[in-house]
Amino acid sequence: MTTKTVFAGFGGQGVLMMGFLLALTAMRQGKNVTYLPSYGAEVRGGTANCTVVVSDEEIASPVASSPDCAVVMNNPSLLKFVNVVRPGGTILLNSTLVHAPVNRPDVTVVSLPVSDLAHELGEDRSANVVMMGALAEAMNIVSITDIKEALAETGLGKKPKVLELNRRALEVGAEKARQALNKEKKA
Amino acid sequence: MTKRLMRGNHVLGEAAVLAGCRYYFGYPITPQNEVPEYLSGRLLDVGGTFVQAESELASVNMVIGASMAGARVMTSSSSPGVSLKQEGISYLAGLELPAVIGNMMRGGPGLGNIAPSQSDYFQATRGGGHGDYRCIVLAPASCQELCDMTFRAFDLADKYRNPVMILGDGMIGQMMEPVEFPAAVDLATLPVKDWALTGAKGRPSRTILSLLLDPKVLENHNYKLVRKYDAVTRSETDWETHLTEDARLVVVAFGTSARIAKGAIKRVREMGLKVGLLRPKTLWPFPSQPLEELTRVVRHLLVFEMNTGQMVEDVRMAVKGQADVNFYGRPGGVVPTPEDLAHQISHYYYGAHLDEDGGSKDRLVGGLS
Amino acid sequence: MKQVFTVPKSLKPNVFHYCPGCGHSIIHRLVAQAIDDLGIQERCIGVPPAGCAVLAYNYFDVDMGEAPHGRALAVATGLKRVMPDKVIFTYQGDGDIAAIGTAETIHAANRGEKVSAVFVNNGVYGMTGGQMAPTTLAGMASTTTPSGRKPERDGAPLDLTQMLAVAKGSVYLERVAVNSPKNIMRAAKAIKKAFQVQLDGLGFALVEVLSMCPTNWKMSPVAAAEWIDKTMSQVFPLGVIKDETGYEAREGKAS
Repeated sequence: MTTKTVFAGFGGQGVLMMGFLLALTAMRQGKNVTYLPSYGAEVRGGTANCTVVVSDEEIASPVASSPDCAVVMNNPSLLKFVNVVRPGGTILLNSTLVHAPVNRPDVTVVSLPVSDLAHELGEDRSANVVMMGALAEAMNIVSITDIKEALAETGLGKKPKVLELNRRALEVGAEKARQALNKEKKA
Repeated sequence: MTKRLMRGNHVLGEAAVLAGCRYYFGYPITPQNEVPEYLSGRLLDVGGTFVQAESELASVNMVIGASMAGARVMTSSSSPGVSLKQEGISYLAGLELPAVIGNMMRGGPGLGNIAPSQSDYFQATRGGGHGDYRCIVLAPASCQELCDMTFRAFDLADKYRNPVMILGDGMIGQMMEPVEFPAAVDLATLPVKDWALTGAKGRPSRTILSLLLDPKVLENHNYKLVRKYDAVTRSETDWETHLTEDARLVVVAFGTSARIAKGAIKRVREMGLKVGLLRPKTLWPFPSQPLEELTRVVRHLLVFEMNTGQMVEDVRMAVKGQADVNFYGRPGGVVPTPEDLAHQISHYYYGAHLDEDGGSKDRLVGGLS
Repeated sequence: MKQVFTVPKSLKPNVFHYCPGCGHSIIHRLVAQAIDDLGIQERCIGVPPAGCAVLAYNYFDVDMGEAPHGRALAVATGLKRVMPDKVIFTYQGDGDIAAIGTAETIHAANRGEKVSAVFVNNGVYGMTGGQMAPTTLAGMASTTTPSGRKPERDGAPLDLTQMLAVAKGSVYLERVAVNSPKNIMRAAKAIKKAFQVQLDGLGFALVEVLSMCPTNWKMSPVAAAEWIDKTMSQVFPLGVIKDETGYEAREGKAS
């Protein structure tokens, strides 16, 4: 199976870190992975995105023309990626910042106020990690447990206190996504 | 050994260090900036030297000096910067100095853009600078291969006393993939360079020069280089074939385009099209012979490049009119998708009636005789 | 019998190809003498230029590595960074060091590369047949300024050594000439000092040598030597341009 995920948001939202964390986790599970960042003159506040492909097979292109999943952290990123997600795919939205409607009845939309949730956790910068928890729940790529283990290898888990906070952020994200998905199924 | 998730540009830097490179001279240019950034720190850890030069010109000439001193040395850049290095690459070839040059190609001509491209195939494989010479050119298609080819590049450079170019692109440089690094080369085990300029202690003084004013002498030097290039061609030509056994159409592609081609071939195979891939891993020397041999059984080739048609000329020369050679390319930094290419492949495949039973005529069992 | 003249052992026993009255032969000798005096022949690597002195490797009996035109100080940087214990010198003409290689020169000086540069300024492109150099004097005729160099059209003569003085990494810069026995003695001292600066690891050292080119100046050797005194050294005054070696102060303390 091959899953392509695109992560997009402001520079500084930890968008590239999300992609790296997914790729790292999947690699640790023995998967083939590619991580391709947009590169150039991105600055804090500008837009940043990256694409992660996870597969059981050799990966042809690290570019995702029609990703299975888009993780959207701000409004401009929704405009950019809303129509490229393949039919039947998934869009995860940071509803704290994204207010525009998603006119895609053919995709699953998981809307979570991850910036607010991060604020409640006491660390605004952990919004991306909350979202990673949601991604793990919504997509069958890697598990929460796998991400928790991989965290220690990144800057998000170097210090025990930060690692603990980020593990909690993952759980919050997963829990909220589970609730949102159940609601969608019922609806 | 454990896998590390690393960006291509970092892989090039790390592999160079493990392969015994202790000196790097370069100048920043996107999309290869992570090479100098990585090595500026990493080389210090191993007692090496990193210099950010004032220009690509200066950096390649620092490489000349370090190579004269006998060191394993590297520089890297991207297309416009590699143009500036061509003077030095010509001198490296003429002076017969080993050096490794990384080139993460971007769109051109001129300033172009910073997106992945393969538009410098001609420049890399034809020499690029002035004079009658060749640069060994390795074309990695993944981060792991970038690592392995970096080791090979330093060995080939030393073995043949010739510049070796690692020809990647913005995608190879920027992409992260899992990589397993081989063990570090023990510098003490490398052959002694009995030509290096280390000071004339206990031996006559040496010169390393490319000025050979007497035409007879330069002619002999040129022929010596030709013999070397022939030896490289005989021993070092490298390529990969993929699903060519029953193929009626073979795609020829290198680097990033080759992996896109694999994705496209997977798609068309699912549709029942008999399509394979030949991927040159050395662009110079070019795998002309395997291509020619392939045309004994496959009469249809589709060359796919991220440019407007450069390697296709080498393919045409190699097959000597024995196969129908078509071309699909996207210039300007556009990275085609496997779907795009699959569309091109099937268009060509059906257009040439390769799907019909008669199509088997296009696969000549037992060769031409 | 007292020996009053000998060929430095850092020179090969080859006859110079330079024109009669050319300064290169003298400067070669001075460089070789400095190498002998400091006992560094076995650990010295020279980088010859493109220009009249391109064949310098036929004369210096030390390891020599040829650089592309103008890039001698970049090549020297590579050599020195790999072999900090070796002594690296470049031997460059005015076109090499002050026109096509200006960037390499300024940045080598600015980085304080521990190498010694010998800059031969004869105000003309000798090897290619007498074209304008960056150091050609105003009004001076060359094959590309047949009616004389016009600063408003061709730029004024460039004082590269003066420019290098503002680079923090340059430690010792001096302009000398080889047009008279007195000046030659001074030049010998300066060149040796430039090597000493490197041996002491102080930074970048350069000696600019005003040198005669009777052939392209279209003068007799004697007239060429006089022209340096009367005309050329008015634009490029002889003397120390920068000296942060501290040698004089130390000598002063010692005496």
